[in-house]
Amino acid sequence: MMNCKQAAQMLSEKLDRPLSAKEKMALTLHTTMCPPCRLFGKQMGSLRDLSKAYIRSNDQHDKKS
Amino acid sequence: MTNETLSVEMDSSAVSHLFRDGTFIEELRMQMLKFARLQVRDSQLAEDAVQEAMLSAYQHIDRFARQSAFKTWVFSILKNKVIDLLRKEKRHVVASQLEDGVDLNGDALIEHLFEENGHWQKDERPKKWDQPDHGVENEHFWRIFDACLEALPAKYGRLFMMREFLEMETPEICHNEGVSVTSLNVTLYRARLRLRECLEDDWFGKEKS
Repeated sequence: MMNCKQAAQMLSEKLDRPLSAKEKMALTLHTTMCPPCRLFGKQMGSLRDLSKAYIRSNDQHDKKS
Repeated sequence: MTNETLSVEMDSSAVSHLFRDGTFIEELRMQMLKFARLQVRDSQLAEDAVQEAMLSAYQHIDRFARQSAFKTWVFSILKNKVIDLLRKEKRHVVASQLEDGVDLNGDALIEHLFEENGHWQKDERPKKWDQPDHGVENEHFWRIFDACLEALPAKYGRLFMMREFLEMETPEICHNEGVSVTSLNVTLYRARLRLRECLEDDWFGKEKS
């Protein structure tokens, strides 16, 4: 049975490699029952989106400095 | 994918053409600056490293090997410039020293977040990131984001940036950095953990004023 610590790492690795069928199943099983890990998974995705937005933003202070 | 297409289809003379594309160069320069700042934490030094790397790429365009994408190549030059600069500037810690001990940091954080049985510590359970109340579109948010990135250990920052900002594929990063796939994935996980923690503490977790 997967615990939160393992699930959290898997939720990050999901962004870097395809998970195996077995891993996917264990992860889904865990996140279905665990709201904090569900949130964590969402936030991993948000970090990716935020990073994309960040690099495309030409922030003002970069130019001023 | 775009990177690969770029590298396959362009020879060095076509690539040198890129240097005359103002928009492309400006965008590349901004990315390089962000990258360099994560490593040296000194705006002027970062600026110097980027300029030297740009110049060096321009001068040695004939050495650009088509096996790697143009961006990857330029960033590998930048990385070396950054390391050179850090070594010259005695007041800064050498990059390799900076990177030692970060694993301990990572482990310590993981221990802090999870109980022995692998459950989240009660206080550390992820909380909902409330977008409407904490609009991420504003300038203040990006300053926090910037600060959180800078707070990452240099190696975390670099690998995270290669993956998320430069959108480099795993084999390319591993080859460039001499790390295994497993170690890359673990480092990226730790970088995200830290970044998440920092954003939650300094932005999403804050009561709006």
